[in-house]
Parts: sequence; structure tokens; C-alpha cells
Amino acid sequence: MFYREAGDFKVSYQEDSQTFPIKFDRFRYYVVMAVAFGLIPFLINDYWANAILLPFLIYSIAAIGLNILVGYAGQVSLGTGGFMAVGAYACYKLMTAFPEVSMFIHVILAGGITGLVCVLFGLPSLRIKGFYLAVATLAAQFFLVWLFNRVPWFYNYSASGQINAPERDTFGIIITGPNASAWATYLFCLIFLTFCALVARNLTRGTVGRSWMAIRDMDIAAEIIGVNPLKSKLTAFAVSGFFIGVSGALFFAIYLGAVEVGEAFGITKSFLVLFMVIIGGLGSIFGSFAGAAFLVLLPVLLKVVGVDVLGWPTDIVAHFQLVIVGALIMFFLIVEPHGLAQLWRVAKEKLRLWPFPH
Amino acid sequence: MKMKLTTLALGAVMAAGPVMADLVFPSLSYRTGPYAAGGIPFADGYADYFTLLNERDGGIGGVKTKLIECETGYNTEKGVECYESTKGQGALVYQPLSTGITYQLIPKVTADNIPLHTMGYGRTSAANGEVFSHVFNYPGNYWNGASGVVNYLLEETGGDLKGKKISLVYHNSAYGKEPIRTLEELSKKHGFELVLLPVDHPGQEQKSQWLQVRRDRPDFVVMWGWGVMNQVAIQEAANIRFPMENFIGVWWSGAEHDVLSAGAKANGYKAVTFHNVGRDFPVFDDIQTHVVDKGLAAGAGDQIGNVLYNRGMYAAMLAAEAAKTAQEIHGTAEITPAMMRDGMEALSIDEAKMTALGMPNFGPAFNVSCENHGGPGLVGVTQWNAESKTWSLISDFKATDAEVIGALIDEDSGAYASENNITPRCK
Repeated sequence: MFYREAGDFKVSYQEDSQTFPIKFDRFRYYVVMAVAFGLIPFLINDYWANAILLPFLIYSIAAIGLNILVGYAGQVSLGTGGFMAVGAYACYKLMTAFPEVSMFIHVILAGGITGLVCVLFGLPSLRIKGFYLAVATLAAQFFLVWLFNRVPWFYNYSASGQINAPERDTFGIIITGPNASAWATYLFCLIFLTFCALVARNLTRGTVGRSWMAIRDMDIAAEIIGVNPLKSKLTAFAVSGFFIGVSGALFFAIYLGAVEVGEAFGITKSFLVLFMVIIGGLGSIFGSFAGAAFLVLLPVLLKVVGVDVLGWPTDIVAHFQLVIVGALIMFFLIVEPHGLAQLWRVAKEKLRLWPFPH
Repeated sequence: MKMKLTTLALGAVMAAGPVMADLVFPSLSYRTGPYAAGGIPFADGYADYFTLLNERDGGIGGVKTKLIECETGYNTEKGVECYESTKGQGALVYQPLSTGITYQLIPKVTADNIPLHTMGYGRTSAANGEVFSHVFNYPGNYWNGASGVVNYLLEETGGDLKGKKISLVYHNSAYGKEPIRTLEELSKKHGFELVLLPVDHPGQEQKSQWLQVRRDRPDFVVMWGWGVMNQVAIQEAANIRFPMENFIGVWWSGAEHDVLSAGAKANGYKAVTFHNVGRDFPVFDDIQTHVVDKGLAAGAGDQIGNVLYNRGMYAAMLAAEAAKTAQEIHGTAEITPAMMRDGMEALSIDEAKMTALGMPNFGPAFNVSCENHGGPGLVGVTQWNAESKTWSLISDFKATDAEVIGALIDEDSGAYASENNITPRCK
């Protein structure tokens, strides 16, 4: 009825190839952006920022990064935790070495460094595929965590081996440390998320993205039609590494403020982000958001409902959380193996035909 | 997603309705995960003591206490969520029982003006109150623990550790790394050789570390473990027939559940402690009548007298005494977190007070001051008897190497102060 292409006339090629060709979608997108940038910063408090929105935004960036690698380019990676650690430690070293430089630059540089490390560990992907590549990236995960634990230079020789984010600002607004205000940290992460999502969206529908997908679907055929596997695999690792590095830097500097590599960036983190991508939907930007929301917000929601509303003991709720989240994961994967993004796609398809489905 | 956010908002609004009339003590506990075995008795002891105060005395200074429990699972991300969700409800003092979460909360509590009490864990150099205004770690810290271990070994070997070899089996995290610096200093001073054997989280796999112990044949093994790691280590030590009386753990590696699983083979295992053990204290009778028999116990009520239950109760007692002190200083029963901080800084515990509370000789007498947030750091040693299944104090509470520890605390807190532009605040 209102959700359809008809009547929405495109008069230029740019309009024809825009991200949201349907008017309703486009306005929904503008509204979300307006609320996210114009409304939430005025309403946000510490709890909302630190417990809900920051982890959601940061995990979304990580999920988009991994989705590029796994969903678009078809290279399975279990090294996400390790690559996030590279971002975090790069950011820490930069923050402490150049205190007067803006946080924006630190985070982007940290992403760049992670991209390079990721390419290095992506080199084996030229020779090995599938499960074997997963094992190679698993080695990256363990090696990187071991490295940051072992070499004191990375944590500036602190007694405990922890890294702590000192107070840093950008344009005079404090972004890290305990005195940063909720709206500033939120907006800082939101800007990065918006930037990453736009870049990812535009890369995946251009030449680079098409070559990734060609490699994913059948690498030999892709090579025969002229796609360079070296270039496309390594660009996928580089771009994915950049996003994951940015998310690792934000995770450490903005969200937690102090991390310890084994605990914050262990193998569980790799699995968590991989689950986000799988549950959200492989090869979908929206899926990355949906997966991150599902795995970040649902546990908090269950906790709020169980402990604060129903008044149950905390340990029972914590156990129930695992059961419910686990059951929902299985339910979604059985009902919709292509993830939440596919549900969304089906819903849109139905909506387009509504109210005359035949 | 939008829907989820709205429901969440509703939930949060309903949850955040503040009840300011009570004295709120958040308990960031962990009853799940690989560290639950230690988290449960501590959380039970902490909760039961506040229930006792409510039931027996009608609260602290006539105001009821309210305990908000929040499950962290020893996980820093959940710890942040717990901190943010409870701080708006008037939380007076935080005790996260996790060194990782402590590191995160130190700058946050200082900015939010809420005190943090990390009893026997956390950042050791927080003992320097000049730099760490809102962090307290009385009555003892890790470096006291490390020095206490070495002092005890000195006693055992007749004052000479020269040429001896000591292996440190530690949890490879901020917690486990904390004593290394002190032990290195002490090894220089006393001439023993220190071998470091890190164990990764959660510590279930320790075959290679104990193989190395078997090969190195150290004279003593010191352990800085927590959670499931302790049980595994003691079992492995028994498997390689390492003499248990030469195996000594920090206070987080010396509870009943750590040694019970190894059975008779764990007999003779030792651990340092900063408070007394057992259930021969009048306060436990009060807890039995006023809390457990009324069905108000936080857990099953079977943990009373366990090492970690005692420690949780001790932590609650110190918090309650600090709240009383704060009420006296500020002349109001309904104190704020800022007043609580003043109360903690002026806290004075003596034997008469402890006896009146039903805990004679339970812990050391000490005074907290603006400069010293660390207390006296007296360390005793306990030993496990596998037959009677009890811990007993075999060496009384003694002073530790203040010279070495003081210098290290000054160095580390000085580094923190210069990193964060903190000027000494005590005049």
C-alpha cells in the first residue's frame, strides 16, 4: 500500500542506484538517523550509554567488519578477538605516546594498524580454505593474546599487565576517561559506526564487493573470469581488519577504559562476534546490526526483567539468560537459517505485496 | 530493534525508581561461571551480615540497609553494567571482588564520588590515600600477602632462603601478576630464585606447569589462584607428590572447596590469611538465629564458618562500621556516598569493638587515615587438616616487610598520579 516502488519516479542514475530505493525505507532511514544524532544525545544518561548503547554500537562495527570477511568474501575467521586486541593496544600506545593528538586520529590509525596485521594473517588464505583457514586464524587469536600478555612494551610495563585509557579529548571535548560525558562517548562511537556502515555498504555494492562475492561463491570460476584472488582476498582482510581494529580501539578506550587482554579479547570474543554475524545474517549490513542487538541487548533485557521486575535471584536469572539466549539462537537458525536479515527481507517482500498477496 | 529498545526503556524506568530511604549496599557478586565456587560463599556472607543488622539491630543507626545484588560472572563488561545500573540507586560503597573490575572502577568511582573497598585484592598501590582518594584496601593487600608468604618461609627455614628455589603458580591476569614485582624485590633481598609459571584463564589445564614443577624441583611453590584453578593446582600437586606443607597459597587460594576435592592428599596445604577462620565466634550464633532460622539466608545457610563466607561477612562488617563512623561524623543517619567515604577514611577498629560485635580476635585492630588506606597488612598462615576438614591458624598475624612494600607502593601510585595529573591531597 504505502510500501512500494510504484509512483516513486527516479530521474537520474544516482537516484536509481541509491541504497534505499523505496520511499518508505528512505524516510525510515532518515528518521532513525535523526533520532540517533538529534534526539538520543539529549536524553542519554550514564546507564544507557555505558550499559546498552556503547556496547551495541561497538559490537555493530565489529560485526560489520567480520561480515565483510565471512559473509561477503567467504573467508572464515576465528581471530576477531585477537584483531580487536590489536586495535585496542595500538590505540593505547598511540594515546600514551601522543597525548595531544585528537582521538579521532588515534582510532583511525589503530584501525589501519589492525588492517595491516589482519592482511599478514590473511596471507595463508591464498593457499588454504574453509576449516583449515579457520584454524589458521585461530592461531592468530592465540598468538596475539599471548603476545600482548608476554611483551611488557605493549602495556607500558605496568605492574598488572592491564592497559588503562588516560583522559583524552577531541575538539576540546573529553572522550575517554571517567569524566567523559555520556553524550560525547555515544556520539563519538555513533559517528564511527555510521562512517563504517556507509563505507561497508558502498564497498560491497561496487567492484571490490562484487569481486569478494565472486570469490566467496566459487573462487576458481572467479579467477577464470578475471577476478584477482590475491587482491580481493587481501582487500577483504584489510577492510575487515580496519573495522575490527576501530571497534577494538573504541571497546578499550571509550567503553571499558581498562582491559586485560586475556579476559576482554579471548576466544569467547571471537565466537561472540561470529555468532552475531551468523545470527544476524551472513552478507548483510543490516544483519550485523540485528545480530549485535540480539546478543548485546537481549541479555541486558532479560536481566532487567528477571532481577528488577520479577525480583528473582541473580544466579537463577544468569542461568536462565544462557538458556533463553541459547534456545533463541537455535530457534532462529532452525526457522531461518539465513539469519535475522532474511526475516527482515521476507517481511519487506510481504509488505510490498500487501494487501493483495496474489 | 526499535521495539526492543522501547521495552528496555520501560524496564529501565521501572527498575530505576529510587528508594533513597535505605542505606544501599550493592553486591557485585558472581554465582555463575568458573569463579562461582569462591563467589557464592563471599556473597552469602556479605548479604547475611546486612540481613542480620536489619533483623537484630533494625539496620545501621536506625536506618535499614538494603542490599542490591548484581551478577557479574567475574566479567568486566557485566561489571560495568552492574556498576552503572546500581550507582543511581544511592550505592554507598562498591566491593566488586574482582581485580579486573576494580581497575575499571577506580577512575569511575573517583569521578562519581563513591568509595570503593577492595579488601585483599584490587590495585595494591591504592593503599596510598594521597593519590587514591576513593579507593581503600584495608586491612591487607597482595604485597603484604607476598611478603607474608616469604616471611613465613624464612621462619620455616631458619631465616635463610639463600639458594632456595620458589615457584609462583599464578592466574595469568592482573590479579595473578600483582605479587610478581614484590616477590622479585624480595628474591633480590633474600637471595632466593623465583620461577614464574603463569596459568591461563580459567585454569583447568595445568599439566605443563606442574610438569615443570616436577622437573625444577622447587623448594616451595606459592600460588596466586582463584576459582577452579585452585582445585586443579592442588590436585596436580598431589599427583606429582609435591609435599603439601611446602605448597602455600594466597588468601584467595585457601578455602574449603579448593582442597576438598583432592581429599586426604591435600592434607597439610597452607594459605596465608588476614582474618581468622572457623565458626567459633558469637556472631555466627546470631546469624543462625536471626537469619538462617528465619529463612532469610542469602544462600542455603550451609556456608557459615567457611573461609570465604567469613571474609564476606568481615567485608560487610567493615562497611557497616564505616557507615556508623560516617553517621557519627556527619550527625545524620541517612548518609550519602561522599559521607561514607569520610567514614571509611576515619574508620578505627579495635579489639573492644570487635568483641562487642561478636568477633573477638577475628581480624587486626587498625586505623585508616588520609595517607594510609591500606591498614596494617598483618598476615597469618592457616593450614588444612584433611581429616577433620578444617583450616586452623598455625602462625599468628605478623607484620610484613614495610620497607620493600612501601617503596613499591610509592613508585606505583606515583606513576598513576603523574599519568592522571593527581596532586597529593593530604596536608
